[in-house]
Amino acid sequence: MIEVKNLTKRYGDKKAVNDISFKVEKGEILGFLGPNGAGKSTTMNMLTGYISSTSGQILINGVDILEDPKKAKSYIGYLPEIPPLYMDMTVDAYLGFMFDLKKCKLPRKAHLNDVCNLCKIGDVRGRIIKNLSKGYKQRVGLAQALINNPPVLILDEPTVGLDPNQIIEIRTLIKKLGKRHTVILSSHILPEIQAVCDKIIIINKGVVAADGTADEIAKSITNEHKMTLRIEGNTHTAADKNEITEALKSISGIKYVRADMEREKGIYDYDVEAEEKVDVRRAVNKLCQEKGWNILMMQLSDLTLEDIFLKITMGESIGESKESENKPRPRINLVLDGENTAAAAEPEEAVSDEEASEAESADVTENNDGGEQ
Amino acid sequence: MGAIYRREMGSFFTSGLAYVFLAVFYLISGFFFYNNVIAAGSTNTAPVFSSMFIIVLFLIPILTMRLLSEEKKSRTDQGLLTAPIGLWEIVLGKYLAAMTLFVIAESIIFVYAVILNYLGDVVWVTLLGNYFAMLFLGAAFIAIGLFVSSLTENQMTAAVASMVALFFLYLFDGLITRISNETLYKILAELSFYSRYMEFTQGIFSVPSMLFFLSTAFLFNFFTVRVLEKKRWG
Repeated sequence: MIEVKNLTKRYGDKKAVNDISFKVEKGEILGFLGPNGAGKSTTMNMLTGYISSTSGQILINGVDILEDPKKAKSYIGYLPEIPPLYMDMTVDAYLGFMFDLKKCKLPRKAHLNDVCNLCKIGDVRGRIIKNLSKGYKQRVGLAQALINNPPVLILDEPTVGLDPNQIIEIRTLIKKLGKRHTVILSSHILPEIQAVCDKIIIINKGVVAADGTADEIAKSITNEHKMTLRIEGNTHTAADKNEITEALKSISGIKYVRADMEREKGIYDYDVEAEEKVDVRRAVNKLCQEKGWNILMMQLSDLTLEDIFLKITMGESIGESKESENKPRPRINLVLDGENTAAAAEPEEAVSDEEASEAESADVTENNDGGEQ
Repeated sequence: MGAIYRREMGSFFTSGLAYVFLAVFYLISGFFFYNNVIAAGSTNTAPVFSSMFIIVLFLIPILTMRLLSEEKKSRTDQGLLTAPIGLWEIVLGKYLAAMTLFVIAESIIFVYAVILNYLGDVVWVTLLGNYFAMLFLGAAFIAIGLFVSSLTENQMTAAVASMVALFFLYLFDGLITRISNETLYKILAELSFYSRYMEFTQGIFSVPSMLFFLSTAFLFNFFTVRVLEKKRWG
């Protein structure tokens, strides 16, 4: 559906985007992840034909955006970082204008109603855009992108400025839309990307730093083992903490131990990192048996997207090479409570299957095709 | 193009700009009409048109100042430039909206003609010649104003810069008289907007002048398209 080959954008000497290539299939949701100034918006602006690339090729539905821009653009619905809203118009007038601008052939009234219902802006349609809250403006921007049912949706930070409820709504909506449309969305909110996207591309300083599903990226980045332990000592005092820390450190294969907070009275958590490909769980168990301690919890923590993101982006700023494979990276000791973010993403994944049935309603408008012709 | 045209027309009226423009235009042209025609006991409308040159010069930038600069400032140009339409459609949609308002303003002259008809015989040929002359002049000036508007993000800058540009065209005749080189003077004299316009007010319908104004309009609309195009490559 979308094919990008060796895309480069140069501003003077500075390369904002450098040799990016990727492919998005129909019905996929691709997440663009990257720190501010990484080239996310520049890439999106090139994809939509707002700016042109210095070199490289972009094919939207097989159409080159530079060779046949009108046709390629007609496949795209775009929500830029700042929604392109005319502040002096009412929502209805604005959407009508975008409808005409996109030369939409669908039945006008029905289509606009559908789009408004989908974005939940039905109750503000008569109001002047200037007076709407940021969340509503964002949703009007999204509605505008949905007009004419484009097969490709490109959304630049669609949830910025929304309250938590609205964020969940928009995410659900995007997942729904992803069933029928090809969606590219950018964000610097990591759980969001993880919750919504099938595929992730991490961009840093204009190059693709990692690419694949969250799991694939995690695997390619590292083999290290991290786990969290909760061990009950004998005395239930801080002395336990030091003793256990020291004892854990003495196990061969463990290279880092840090005592964490007191989670239960007199009982502490320990963050343990083992060397690559060494399983230390049995050794830890044995140690505790010998000492008469009780293991109350043992949790392996895989890298979350957050860890990966920090690793990639911070690694580079220290001056390491761009490729992630097989190169030593500066050690970053993450204090993030990684499991929680991963866990939070899961329930939403589960919900998504149930949404499949609802997906019909997301694109009612497509059924209206040809109604008026 | 239709969508952009309709939006611009709506925006002229909702922002109140259209009312200000029309009111000022009617007020000043009405003054000239009263002073130079009715009070002077003449039925010749040419003096109204010749006096209006300088007024049009100051009013047109107000019409064109925000057409493209505001789009850029509020980032709505992203919506236009990523829509499946060509750059010419964007530029012409805006250009024709401004032209429409200008025609509405200028057409007040027919009201004056009707008034005049009660007082004496209207020389319709001169009147129509002048009407079209001003139409052509407006066509060229609006294209220039739109071009200037495409260069900046600030509508006040666009307004002042277009006024200066148009004022320069007004002073052009005076400036070139100092040129001693005969050939150069002749060439430059051909480019004078003021003398070409004045020719019309003297009752001469000059086809070359008409083509001069219309090609200026085309040329500056073309430049505007190029500016939008160039921005994509910047």
